Amino acid sequence: MPFVFGKLLYGSRFHQIRQSRGQQGIGISAAVLYAQLTTGLPAVITTRTGALEPAHRFSLRIRVETNEPEILEHVEVDWDRTHGTRVEIEFRASLAAKKRLVEYLRSTGVVNPHARIRAEIDGDAFLSDRVVDEPLVPPKAIKPHPLGIELGQLARMVAGSKGTLAPFLVDQFVRVGAKTAEEICTAADLTPSSRVENLSGEDVSRLLAALQSVRVPPPPTTQCLSPIGEELLVRGLSAEYRMDFVAARTRPSAVYGGHPFMVEAALGYGGKLPAEGNAQLMRFANRVPLIYQQGACTTTHCVAEVNWRSYGLSQAGLPQGPLLILVHIASTNVPFTSESKDAIATIPEIEREVMLALQDLGRDLRTFLSRRDRTRLAEERARAVCAILPELAAKVAEVTGRPLPDISPIEGQIMRKVVAKKRTRDGRVEIEVQNHTSRELALQVFEQSEDQAEDAVPAPDFATALDDLVTRVWQVTLAPGGAWRAAYTGRGSGTIDLRGVDEHQKVVVDLDV
Amino acid sequence: MYKQELDQRAQTELLRIAEAWYDQMHGGEVPSIALPTRTKQNIEFDDESEVWKYGEKESLRSAHTAKSALHLLKMAYVIGFLKQQLTENRSSTLRELYYISEGWKRAKFGAQDESNFLIEDLEILTTLQREAFHLRPEEDGASIFGPLRIRESTRRGIREIHCRDDVGEAGYGIPNNVEGLDFIDHDAKMVIAIETGGMYARLQENGFDEEHDAILVHLKGQPARSTRRVLHMLSDRFNLPITVFTDGDPWSYRIFASVAYGSIKSAHMSELLATPRAQFIGVQPSDIADYELPSDKLSDKDIQALKAELTDPRFDTEYWRFQIRRQLELGLKSEQQAFAARGLDFVTKEYLPARLTEMGVL
Repeated sequence: MPFVFGKLLYGSRFHQIRQSRGQQGIGISAAVLYAQLTTGLPAVITTRTGALEPAHRFSLRIRVETNEPEILEHVEVDWDRTHGTRVEIEFRASLAAKKRLVEYLRSTGVVNPHARIRAEIDGDAFLSDRVVDEPLVPPKAIKPHPLGIELGQLARMVAGSKGTLAPFLVDQFVRVGAKTAEEICTAADLTPSSRVENLSGEDVSRLLAALQSVRVPPPPTTQCLSPIGEELLVRGLSAEYRMDFVAARTRPSAVYGGHPFMVEAALGYGGKLPAEGNAQLMRFANRVPLIYQQGACTTTHCVAEVNWRSYGLSQAGLPQGPLLILVHIASTNVPFTSESKDAIATIPEIEREVMLALQDLGRDLRTFLSRRDRTRLAEERARAVCAILPELAAKVAEVTGRPLPDISPIEGQIMRKVVAKKRTRDGRVEIEVQNHTSRELALQVFEQSEDQAEDAVPAPDFATALDDLVTRVWQVTLAPGGAWRAAYTGRGSGTIDLRGVDEHQKVVVDLDV
Repeated sequence: MYKQELDQRAQTELLRIAEAWYDQMHGGEVPSIALPTRTKQNIEFDDESEVWKYGEKESLRSAHTAKSALHLLKMAYVIGFLKQQLTENRSSTLRELYYISEGWKRAKFGAQDESNFLIEDLEILTTLQREAFHLRPEEDGASIFGPLRIRESTRRGIREIHCRDDVGEAGYGIPNNVEGLDFIDHDAKMVIAIETGGMYARLQENGFDEEHDAILVHLKGQPARSTRRVLHMLSDRFNLPITVFTDGDPWSYRIFASVAYGSIKSAHMSELLATPRAQFIGVQPSDIADYELPSDKLSDKDIQALKAELTDPRFDTEYWRFQIRRQLELGLKSEQQAFAARGLDFVTKEYLPARLTEMGVL
């Protein structure tokens, strides 16, 4: 354990072929080192592996000269947690990039829906709550694939092995059988029975070339990758952003240069997303948010490459409007453009998968948009009719000298919806809700007004006042074709709304306006 | 008494529309109204009255859509207004009605065309003329000059007027509401309805009306309803041949068509407004060639209009098909005053006598 925190380049992943967050063993030990350099204080780590085990607390530092952990204190402690790890580091830093920091945390929350992330930065609380209770299944390591191996790694594998070449190839590589092993040996100009430990450096180079020249099926992809999944992506995004439309795609896993990878993408539209300007792009590699160098990233290029206009969006390079685009690339070896791991390099296989995922989502979005436009149009029409009919009824009644006809059946015929109406006459405010749908509905009539309405009949189920504004709520159950009415003395200055009814199922008309 | 009955009938007919809506709404029905489709595809020749009327095609306006609901609302407002106007024995112009609608909030008219159109709808629905609703157009009727004596009941009393001896050179001005007009007698053999003021004055100056006993009617372009009604009454009452003298272009043929066959817009009143026996003098496309008249090239719009007339049922006669095709071949149009190129007397001494003889009027 101390090595994880107290030794740089202590990689748990080195030459483990599976998807993981870290790679080189720098992240946490560098944080410990940074704290040590800026404050001189050691890191305190409390950890426990299970309820039956005691918790251990370490206080440690990195011995800079030797790159070895130096344990200052190690005690067994009582801990109120059954398992887990707590890391306490104190360091000095500027909060200039606070916005990015929050962005990073929020993004991390989106792709880690199993995690709860809480932070308090400069007094501002941040919380990204857990949306699923099942932890992720850790991906399993696979053996290297002939296409994805590099010289150093091969040399190390050769150095650590004994026996003959053919069984070595079959054992150490994925997708290599006896026949393929033989082919590789022939291509490398080596006999299958040659001893591995006797291979010269030159032999290893030839072997590498041979490995990469022989046709081998792509590596298995599923068990070594850990995609987030469409459902969790949708839930993760919905938890962080309010949107009208969210969809996600997990593409089938694929391979580039012997490295398995998988592309996931999600689109969010509308809601509280900013209506103007470029779409918001969220990039991830192995569940790690990529914050910097957006322009250099292949995902950005792909997003710009997609013809969003054909999905009903405007586009100026990036698509415009209230749009959020998430792209996650999971791989045993994410091809970054540089060591800073900010941007993903352009690899045709990856590009293709990203494009396909985005286009697929674009089609979903187009369907949503056209359906929304249709519904909106129908609603606008109905709303317009609903606003004119009472006037027509009133005028016709006036001209013919007859009493005002009840036009609610007509409205229902036109709308097939739930109709809520507010009308003020002679100092009486009347609220009426009619269910013209074919279903029974349980809904809340929600009213905000300056009227006190103490004589409201029926009395509201809930009422609260904030300054001059009173909020009233009635719980109403309406059978198909049923109607509900409330009335009170007042000026009718307020607004009404229905809750618990689908937006496109309801029409709220204020006859006082 | 007669006027009161007419007012009563107008009010009853108007209210009938509103009552129908009331009953529909009361019965849980979406209010609606059926009107004949007012396009050239839906005008038919009525053999009995020899005029073009609306056919069977109807369009239903139902408050299912906001546009139609608004139309019904506007109509309801207009009916309400007309009812009040009839009750108070007031009257207003079409333009005034348009301005009155300013106070109707949502039911306010966007343009005067809209209110005019709606009044025509009401005429169709009530089978009454807008005059019965105490509505009048703001434009003048045209003028009459010739051997005709009429009696007009004006707001200041009854006047008897001879349309040549009692009037100035401008002639007798046709009032907006010609229902109160009586034709007493005449000394005429024919009526010539003339499109332009220049030609009207030319015939006067040259004494054509005296020489040939002609009543001259100045149409002032597309004739107002009252002008067409007067021509209809002259034909009806005195059995005089009615002739129409216009420019030689597609728009002028439409002037003739509205006099003779009725207009598409007011096909519901064709029986009252059209003069089926009216004859077209010219300028005919063949005249342009025969008299070598100064002419202009047809514009694209002219050609379009001519082609449209070829599909207009009112022009579906051998005579008009021939003339329109002839004009399309020539590619030329001439104004009636183009005859001046051959001298100021040419039109009265040569063209009209020859053309009227050919038509069998002289």
